[in-house]
Amino acid sequence: MKLITAVIKPFKLDDLKEALRAAGVVGMTVTEVRGFGRQGGHTEVYRGTEYNIDFVPKIKLEVLCESADVERIVSVMVDAVRTGKIGDGKIWVTEVDSVMRIRTGELDSDAI
Amino acid sequence: MNSGDIAWVLTSAALVLFMTPGLAFFYGGMDRGRNVLNMLMMNFYCLLVVPVLWVVVGYSLAQSPTTNRFIGGFGHAFLHGIGLSDGGSLLATVAFLGMFAAITPALISGAVADRMKFSAWAAFVPLWLILVFVPVFKWIYGGWLGQRGSLDFAGGTVIHVNAGIAALAAVLVLGKRRGFPHEGHPPHSMPLVMLGTGILWFGWFGFNAGSALLANGQAVQAFLNTFLAAAAGGLTWVLVEWRRDGHPTNLGAASGIVAGLVAVTPAAGFVSGMAPLAIGAAAGAVCCFAVKLKVRVGYDDALDVVGVHMVGGLVGSLLVGLFANPEFFPGALFRHGLFYGGGLRLLGEQVLANAAVIAWSFPVTLLLMLALRRTIGVRVSPEVESTGLDLALHMETAYHSGGLW
Repeated sequence: MKLITAVIKPFKLDDLKEALRAAGVVGMTVTEVRGFGRQGGHTEVYRGTEYNIDFVPKIKLEVLCESADVERIVSVMVDAVRTGKIGDGKIWVTEVDSVMRIRTGELDSDAI
Repeated sequence: MNSGDIAWVLTSAALVLFMTPGLAFFYGGMDRGRNVLNMLMMNFYCLLVVPVLWVVVGYSLAQSPTTNRFIGGFGHAFLHGIGLSDGGSLLATVAFLGMFAAITPALISGAVADRMKFSAWAAFVPLWLILVFVPVFKWIYGGWLGQRGSLDFAGGTVIHVNAGIAALAAVLVLGKRRGFPHEGHPPHSMPLVMLGTGILWFGWFGFNAGSALLANGQAVQAFLNTFLAAAAGGLTWVLVEWRRDGHPTNLGAASGIVAGLVAVTPAAGFVSGMAPLAIGAAAGAVCCFAVKLKVRVGYDDALDVVGVHMVGGLVGSLLVGLFANPEFFPGALFRHGLFYGGGLRLLGEQVLANAAVIAWSFPVTLLLMLALRRTIGVRVSPEVESTGLDLALHMETAYHSGGLW
């Protein structure tokens, strides 16, 4: 099993959610985060003084899936959120040892 | 006062009271999220302590009848001798002026934001009120400066120049915020700033039009002037920054509105026609540049009390020397401005009055802050400053949801 983590532009969240649903993904977790990559931060001006805002608002979305589904889901995600401009974000995949559905005690594949 | 006058003065008094919470939001939004409650508390504290002090001794020292031209006496201490035999006129005036007394030290809170011990603020407010506000109030309203002929309709000199220069003295003793000016301290909530600005503008109609202390034509003129100068100030600031920095900003609009309101305060009941537009526009443009002085000169006036209130107050007060128009208010006792055939005499009195207020307020505030630094200390520890004053000083947090910032 794998955990797919995507950090994306906030306005793309709805597109991503609908694309994942259409691809059969039944659950996901979303967090409001702040960060920067190559895009860097941005500048804000208050009373004529510029402030560098290093950490820009992003959305972090996490999906658990079977190892076999990873490529398909990642490509659905990329299609949904890519704008081609700097700041589109990143997707990474990590190994997951075990998963349990708390209510029923089901394990691993049954719990996804 | 007749019943209409009393109704207007009482209504105005309530409007002016509302300005202190408005100021708290105006400043609080500009402050950081971890210090916003400290800012609100510094302002609301003025509404707790000043009314008490005002009726005990403040009003008496500021306005009780006496031959002394520098300070009143104790004749009206504990409201002694103020009853309803005059239909309540004097009592209404005591209440109305008490609101002004409350907001004046509150103005200083914006300069000392983010780093002043609350215990020091708690001592500063009552002491400053008696040592600085009360004598200066007397000088202009019934004392030596007023008798010489300087004009200050609703407190441009007594309140805004006075609080502004005191703010400068206070931050010179207090020192800079950690990280100033390299580290950014952007506003944590612009919507709060805009809400506060709206409340201030609303309350300012009581502040200025109420200062006629009668429901008459002068009050109407002051009302209209307050409306127009604020708009002209906001418009000018936004146009200047749009041209200079590339963007029209909410904070620019808010700052310009307040600058226009500050500048029209000394003039509100003395000018007419298009003068309020000129006064507001002048303040908006001048203050838009004045707020940048702190970085150039190197004092940390956190939320620009000096740049907006002292500079805006000076602009308005000096322009009274040009625009004062007695023809418009027959029977009123004041002088002609330069543009109405009065020569330079009134302008000279305006310069003298502001210079005198600055010459008193600055050193006395400086000594007061130095005395507080020697005794209870004025500055929070570096740990408290980085943790945030809300939690460290008040055991409260403004925002329990919404992440780390």
